Amino acid sequence: MGEDAIFRIAGLTKAFGPNAVLRGVGLDLHAGEVTVLMGANGAGKSTLVKIMSGVHRADRGVMMMGDKPFSPISPAEAMRAGVVTVHQNINDGVVGALDVATNLVLDRLNGAGRGLFFNPRRIRREARDVADRMGLGIDLAAEVTDLSLADRQMVAIARAMAHEPQVMILDEPTSSLSSNEAERLFALIDRLRARGVAILYISHRMSDIRRLADRIVSLRDGAIAGRFEDKPLDYEGAVNAMLGQNLGLHGIDARDAAEPVFSASRLTIAPGAKPLSMALGAGEVVAITGLVGVGKTRLAEILFGIHRPFSGTMRLDGRPHAPRNAADAIRNGVFLVAKDRASTGIVPDFNIYENMSLPFLPRFSRLSVARRRAERQTARTQIADLKIVCRTERDDLATLSGGNQQKVTVARWLTQPSRLLILDEPFQGVDIAARHDIAAKLRESAGRRATLLFLTELDEALETADRILVMSENTIVGEHRNADVDMDKLLAEVAGKQHETAGSV
Amino acid sequence: MDSRTAEKTPVETPQPPAARLSARELAIRYGFLALLVGLIVFFSLATRGFTSPQAAVFILQSVSITGILALGVTATLVVGGFDLSIGSIATSSMMAAAYVMVVLEQNALVAVIACLAIGALVGLINGLIICYMRVPDLLATLGMMFLLIGLQRIPTEGRSIATGMTLPDGSTAEGTFSPAFLALGRHRFDLFIDNLVPASVVVLIVLAIVIWFFLEYTRFGRMMYAVGSNERAAEFAGAPVKAYRIWAYVISGVFASIGGILLAARLGRGDIASGNNLLLDAVAAALIGFAVLGAAKPNAFGTAIGALFVGVLLQGLTMMNVPYYTQDFVKGAVLVIALIFTFALLGRKAR
Repeated sequence: MGEDAIFRIAGLTKAFGPNAVLRGVGLDLHAGEVTVLMGANGAGKSTLVKIMSGVHRADRGVMMMGDKPFSPISPAEAMRAGVVTVHQNINDGVVGALDVATNLVLDRLNGAGRGLFFNPRRIRREARDVADRMGLGIDLAAEVTDLSLADRQMVAIARAMAHEPQVMILDEPTSSLSSNEAERLFALIDRLRARGVAILYISHRMSDIRRLADRIVSLRDGAIAGRFEDKPLDYEGAVNAMLGQNLGLHGIDARDAAEPVFSASRLTIAPGAKPLSMALGAGEVVAITGLVGVGKTRLAEILFGIHRPFSGTMRLDGRPHAPRNAADAIRNGVFLVAKDRASTGIVPDFNIYENMSLPFLPRFSRLSVARRRAERQTARTQIADLKIVCRTERDDLATLSGGNQQKVTVARWLTQPSRLLILDEPFQGVDIAARHDIAAKLRESAGRRATLLFLTELDEALETADRILVMSENTIVGEHRNADVDMDKLLAEVAGKQHETAGSV
Repeated sequence: MDSRTAEKTPVETPQPPAARLSARELAIRYGFLALLVGLIVFFSLATRGFTSPQAAVFILQSVSITGILALGVTATLVVGGFDLSIGSIATSSMMAAAYVMVVLEQNALVAVIACLAIGALVGLINGLIICYMRVPDLLATLGMMFLLIGLQRIPTEGRSIATGMTLPDGSTAEGTFSPAFLALGRHRFDLFIDNLVPASVVVLIVLAIVIWFFLEYTRFGRMMYAVGSNERAAEFAGAPVKAYRIWAYVISGVFASIGGILLAARLGRGDIASGNNLLLDAVAAALIGFAVLGAAKPNAFGTAIGALFVGVLLQGLTMMNVPYYTQDFVKGAVLVIALIFTFALLGRKAR
């Protein structure tokens, strides 16, 4: 569509205290185009988004909406001026206690000039308008809490569209969606594009970017490191500009397991599910992949003693493994880096070393008194090993970027030797560089333990695992050695083409 | 890690220049302590006798019981809970001590044990209701507060307990407070000056050090903080989360019952009208403690300073002849300022 930018940023700077986060960012957004913003964690993406959406104010620089200056002092003002933001955290965009219809028109309820009372029928009608325009096929009477994450995300975007914005910012909208769900989201974004909305799309996922991008802008250390506009887009160049180095995807040198460590036999993880079996050996890294909602987290938490299987047995080093709770599993040497670090991983009030020693505090204690020197020594080792970016091991977790927080939660479980290390979506919300650091450390330290990763992203599995198991409908439906993967077969399994329960052993 | 490898590591990592404290950080960290020192200097200039050892001890004595309760409630704040029943646990414990000695005619040891048992039991019940019946902490302990206020009056049909009182069955209570028990409230230890430090102040200081060490340095204290900061993360790290929360309420109950014992020993009777302000004063001290040293979280040292702060302020104002009825206003104002200080200046999110 239009070649002239509808939204312009020039020379934007922002510092928090002594930390210069943005050092003169310039960016153009065009109507009816998706501009993808790439950047490693800590590159300044979130800050830029917050300035555009009126949460923060820039120190210097100008923003122009059309030919009018744009300097919102609050999110509400940014919204009125035509810039809406759908934040990464899906639940920030919807109100769980209300139904879909009310969510869609929530901002109008707040608007000035509204009466004291609201008319449910009118809400339903207005919501129907919004839903139809966006092609939203969701029951408007449903409670948002009953919706899947993908549906909630669609509601949040449709709600944002109710403002008729000129610019929409989507901050990692697919980070918790499976590829099927993401495709529905992309269809919605195509509609926005067709309506002439200028979209700023922030993502780490190459599949998203390949699918959507009209232009790519790479942000690095608070400045634009590269603009890519000529078709075909230079995706590799964009990644390299963002990382400032050429990482390249190295093929995995798939290893075979040494002696067996863990086995599950005829394990039923959900009512009515087909039993699954698997065996994991020392030294190998195994990835279980599958769409969101196929029981990956359930299985991970069963191995870790949070839930119990409906039937079947597990064995660890030849002995029965039936943990009653997390403490039991940890005693047996089964560790879990749980999904969603904010809710199950980090302790926000604790600093780095306190977070790392958390599960093993008794081992870091003498007569129940914590030995801080030992804790800090261990933390320093992990910080160096995993290249955690921080000032000292006493930094608060809140001061670290997402990737570094994730490194801390992974490091926590590397401080002690384990028999089976489970990581559930360890790369969620983690930039590529941090992902490489974590994956390299996992492979390097795999030595005598079995390592099991649960990954929705197939790319991540292909990049880190020796062996890939595929889950569908609460059971394992396929197995591949990561050397000569039959991608067609694998994708068919992921998509749920039912085979006989395969599994291994 | 053995001691040999530990020796190789530097004890203190040098602070990079960026870690130097800015004026704002200095104000956040030391502002409240500076204010306390300022108050003391002001009162010692403005009044006579404020700086004497006796006056200092008097301040400590005046805050000893609320201070002990505040240290207990700090434990529940640490695990992300709250205990509104501490005031009524303390008065129940006071009534129980009087009842055991005056009506049942038992000795001091039995009375003390009975009180501690009541505190532990009520704390345990609080914890069980909160953890297993899923009643929110504020509501559970509010209910328990009501229950105890009523319960403590039932054995004596609503009367205060003193030697010679008439019992419900018409007989006269013959028992007396034992001297050993009264000594808890009235004995003074020598410290440079004869008969200077009251037993209650010693108890306060000992308990403050115990709970401070427990919360800051033991693994149990650390895990309690973890539970309060992110319960699920603590659970996924293998911590018995419910047990820690229940223990916090038991600690709170026992501390409150110790406060009740000291109250009974000071009064020498089971007075149903006393102890009205204990809950609010103790909670205020614990919340003021959030602001001390910029902690922005419950901590034992802060709680102790918070209690002391209120004590200094009230003693100073009293010596300047400010009327007694302004006391609650002053305490409330200090609390509001401390909370603003904590949550606005420190910019941390409230729980």
